Amino acid sequence: MLSKLVISLTVFMPLLGAGVIALIPKRSEEAAKPVALVTSIIGFVLSIAILIGYYAGEAGGSGMAFEVNLPWIEAIGARYHVGIDGISLPLFVLSYLLTLLCSIYAFHHIEEPGKPKAFLALMLMLQTGMAGCFIAFDLVLFFVFWELVLVPMYFMIGIWGGPRREYASIKFFLYTLFGSVFMLVAFLALYFASPDRTFDIARLSELGASGEFTRTFQIVAFLGIGLSFAIKAPMWPFHTWLPDAHTEAPTVGSVLLAGVLLKMGTYGFVRIALPILPEGAEFWAPVIAVLAVIAIIYGALCCLAQTDLKRLIAFSSVGHMGFVMLGIASLTPVGINAAIFGMVAHGIITGMLFFIVGSIKERYHTRSIAEIGGGVLQTMPRMGAIFTYVAIASLGLPGLAGFWGEIFALLAAWTPAPALVKAGHLTLYRVLVVIGAFGTLLTAGYFLWMLQRVNMGVAPDRWKEHKLADISAIEWGTWTPLLALIIILGLLPFLILNVTAPDVDAILSVFAG
Amino acid sequence: MSDYAWLVPALPALSAVLIMVLGRLLPKKGAEIGIVAIAAALALSVGIAVEVFSANVDAAAAAPHGEEGGETDHAAADVQVASAGDVQVATAATDEHAEEEAGHGSGSGESSAAHAFVEERAVPWAVLGGGHVLELGMRVDGLTAMMFLLVTFVSLMVQVYSTGYMHGDPRYTYFFTLLSIFTASMLLLVISSNMIMVLMGWELVGVCSFLLIGFWWEEKENSSAAIKAFLTTKLGDVGLIIGVIVLWSMFRTFDISAILGAVEANVQAGGAPLNTGMLTFGLLALFFGAVGKSAQFPLHTWLPDAMAGPTPVSALIHAATMVTAGIFLVARLYPAYEHSPVALAVIAITGTITLLIAGLLALVQDDVKKVLAYSTISQLGYMVAALAFSYTAGIFHLFTHGFFKALLFLGAGSLIHAVHSNNMSDMGGLRKAMPITFWTFLIGSLALMAIPVFAGFWSKDEVLAGALSDAINNGSVTGWILVIAGSLGGMITAFYMTRVLWLVFAGPFRGHGHPHESGPAMAWPLLILAVPAALVGLINIPSAALHSKGFAAWTMFDLEYFGGHPAHFFWSLAIITTLLAFAGIGIGTLLYRQVPEREPMLRAWACSPNCW
Repeated sequence: MLSKLVISLTVFMPLLGAGVIALIPKRSEEAAKPVALVTSIIGFVLSIAILIGYYAGEAGGSGMAFEVNLPWIEAIGARYHVGIDGISLPLFVLSYLLTLLCSIYAFHHIEEPGKPKAFLALMLMLQTGMAGCFIAFDLVLFFVFWELVLVPMYFMIGIWGGPRREYASIKFFLYTLFGSVFMLVAFLALYFASPDRTFDIARLSELGASGEFTRTFQIVAFLGIGLSFAIKAPMWPFHTWLPDAHTEAPTVGSVLLAGVLLKMGTYGFVRIALPILPEGAEFWAPVIAVLAVIAIIYGALCCLAQTDLKRLIAFSSVGHMGFVMLGIASLTPVGINAAIFGMVAHGIITGMLFFIVGSIKERYHTRSIAEIGGGVLQTMPRMGAIFTYVAIASLGLPGLAGFWGEIFALLAAWTPAPALVKAGHLTLYRVLVVIGAFGTLLTAGYFLWMLQRVNMGVAPDRWKEHKLADISAIEWGTWTPLLALIIILGLLPFLILNVTAPDVDAILSVFAG
Repeated sequence: MSDYAWLVPALPALSAVLIMVLGRLLPKKGAEIGIVAIAAALALSVGIAVEVFSANVDAAAAAPHGEEGGETDHAAADVQVASAGDVQVATAATDEHAEEEAGHGSGSGESSAAHAFVEERAVPWAVLGGGHVLELGMRVDGLTAMMFLLVTFVSLMVQVYSTGYMHGDPRYTYFFTLLSIFTASMLLLVISSNMIMVLMGWELVGVCSFLLIGFWWEEKENSSAAIKAFLTTKLGDVGLIIGVIVLWSMFRTFDISAILGAVEANVQAGGAPLNTGMLTFGLLALFFGAVGKSAQFPLHTWLPDAMAGPTPVSALIHAATMVTAGIFLVARLYPAYEHSPVALAVIAITGTITLLIAGLLALVQDDVKKVLAYSTISQLGYMVAALAFSYTAGIFHLFTHGFFKALLFLGAGSLIHAVHSNNMSDMGGLRKAMPITFWTFLIGSLALMAIPVFAGFWSKDEVLAGALSDAINNGSVTGWILVIAGSLGGMITAFYMTRVLWLVFAGPFRGHGHPHESGPAMAWPLLILAVPAALVGLINIPSAALHSKGFAAWTMFDLEYFGGHPAHFFWSLAIITTLLAFAGIGIGTLLYRQVPEREPMLRAWACSPNCW
């Protein structure tokens, strides 16, 4: 019985926490922080319990576990179908970890105008939406969770954001909503195209594998679904909301945006678009691959041009997600596993980078690289040291988490799925891999240059006088898990790859032939 | 002993962690941890070397030599191995290795005769999906054992030396942490059994190099040099990544032994015939990585700038070990390279161009470290070019060069420490003030100039002899080019080192203050390194009797390479190169015996305005 409840409990618990926070009277607003902390601790512990249960329980480390499938909206055949498998598990746990760390960080700093009550309630709502996306096995349910994410993030950016917060939040909202419309239409099309009128992802995947949908239908439907995921991921040229949203968002918002929200898009490709619409995927994969490599190069070039530290990190996400999309576009198990690893690694590393940049901004009161003027290693030696460490992780140094996703995405794209080779795309993919490999050089270039301008050199006198405080105890508490995970995942890649591989093999068997 | 080879990289890795955590609390600020760990690693390396080398000597003694090398036209030089018996040699490989080979089905009938020592262990590391598995493994053979010796020995010397050189630096503990991480990374690269681990070690040494060149990051010059070094080598790494991917796509494995076995057997994954065009492309891509890391033309420009780092780093990373990674990579995959004449020709030409250009550039430097940096590039050029003709010659020169170049750099550090300037225009007359530095530097210089009996003579002679025998036997054009360019390069080498010796040690002192000899922490490593710099060449005297007992046998890849190795000694060549070296010394002496009014090498003398 408990195993039936545990996922729902874990997913909706944060919403409950948000409700509790809402009841806190305004004059004792600070009490929201411990409530949020306790909620997210419970959530994180439950997610770890699910992880353990996935291995210790019946599933034994592959396939779907903790499945619940109940009637929900009978009129349209939508069901409350939730469960977890190897593909969703790493991202599911990551979302709980990051929310927990964000709720710790809230004790250190919440941007103007403060209001921890509203801020934390929104953050917990966000958690439910994010986690829900990763466990939904029904398209309508997925769509609800997907939209649930939109609202809290809109307010987070719009209320706690930087000077251009209104522009950024509306842009974020409109882009995502624009994609959602296409997604919804495509979901309805799938519903009507399926002989048994179902929204069930598992069932639709079976139908997709058995060739139930015509090729033309698949191509069109893939475009609709893919567009919304591509905006979320974000793929070039749909990425323009991202730098604005990231730059203006409060630190916690940026961390969750980079850490989890972007992955909903790439996860959507793996969970929904590929298995249900395999022929559509084969048709669009070369296009995705081209866009992915453009994103890698374009993102890196944009990073080189940034004068704003936070915007630089934001653009780095475009390039990193390009590697993830390249892995997906290979349509091979190695590529998808690399993509999922890349998602998790990017969530940890870039999430960490946003924490650091947020803390630098909080102390310097500027994000401008020129105004900081170098010498962070002098003003705040510890901050500078971990900034170097995380930046080097982000440029894909082997031994740290960023490496595996990149190298195996490139590797997989060199030998894409047989169907793509048969269609004559081999040369294209190989050219793309070579260009993408040069992306690793550009990535190293902008990160090192950033370190030179921000971290190294002699600090301007105006900052020396300020006596800037180095990393606080709360910041250490927030960051240590991420800093440790960066090297742990770098040295022990099986922690993720072995989780995802069996289920990726299963869903990709359709492309094997 | 070789079962525990993984401890060799693990010890410095552990020491890095310990120094980072505990270093500041200890009386020597962490240096003692690093030194003890690397000394233990060295001891272990000696044990491994004894085991591996003696096993290889036994195998060589019993080897059935013959026409095996026939398919590899580069190795077709006259086989002079006087080995008896045609019996099957017991393979020194372990059970794991046997399983490995069986598993990959690469055992071809032809090469079943005998094996050099190879110990392989691997554990699964991660499932990649689609039935592919990434392994974490080690491969210990003669090449590994040789590199272990070199890296741990030089690293130990450098760390001891650094306790003196870096004394009082505010980031002393951090420095020792980096030295340990660096050493561990290099050893990881050396012990790797698969290409992904090679890539890891390769990039880790790169990032350590970045951090060490930019060690004094307050100066923008230093951080810029660090970035330049990292990005230039990273450009090469793009090639390395592509090469790894290409090999994987052909053989569906990262395992080096499996790849080499498949190449030997002329099959790709799934039994398809070997696509030699694709193999050449992959090998050239890998070689491009080596061009970056080993500072070959046209990616050599980072190495002179890398001298911005502390001098012990220059000795360890930019002379003796890291820059040899490219040579090591080609040597590691040597049987595959032998299957691609195009790749070998590119290697030969790249190395030859590099050795000449860098030699000429070394002539006109004022900064003593930059002379040594260009000479390193030039010597790396010899090693690279040598690999096109002879596996043994390439790695033998790597081995001897590691010792004498480390000695020269540490000597230069001693000079810089004494006069507080890198420029030879601020030195002069230091022979009296710094006798230990002078005598050891002289030994290192003679080794570098390839004066007979000193280490560099034997290895450089072997490089040129390998090329010459290929030129004579096969009419190889690249062979002739290397022989001629390499001989001339020897003269240039002798010239610029003579110039350094006169400018630094003779004449009046042109700097400020009163320089004096460095303390024992810096002097002892010089004295100790002078021994191998003088003598280490003797382990590979080209005599038929010693051939099967010396370096060539110790480090042989397989009996095939050992058999094909030209143990030939051309008296004519040796005499000519020696005469050219003396000619170089003569020219240098003529021009620099008295400190010239004006630097004769260049009218527009590229040094600071305070030139004499």
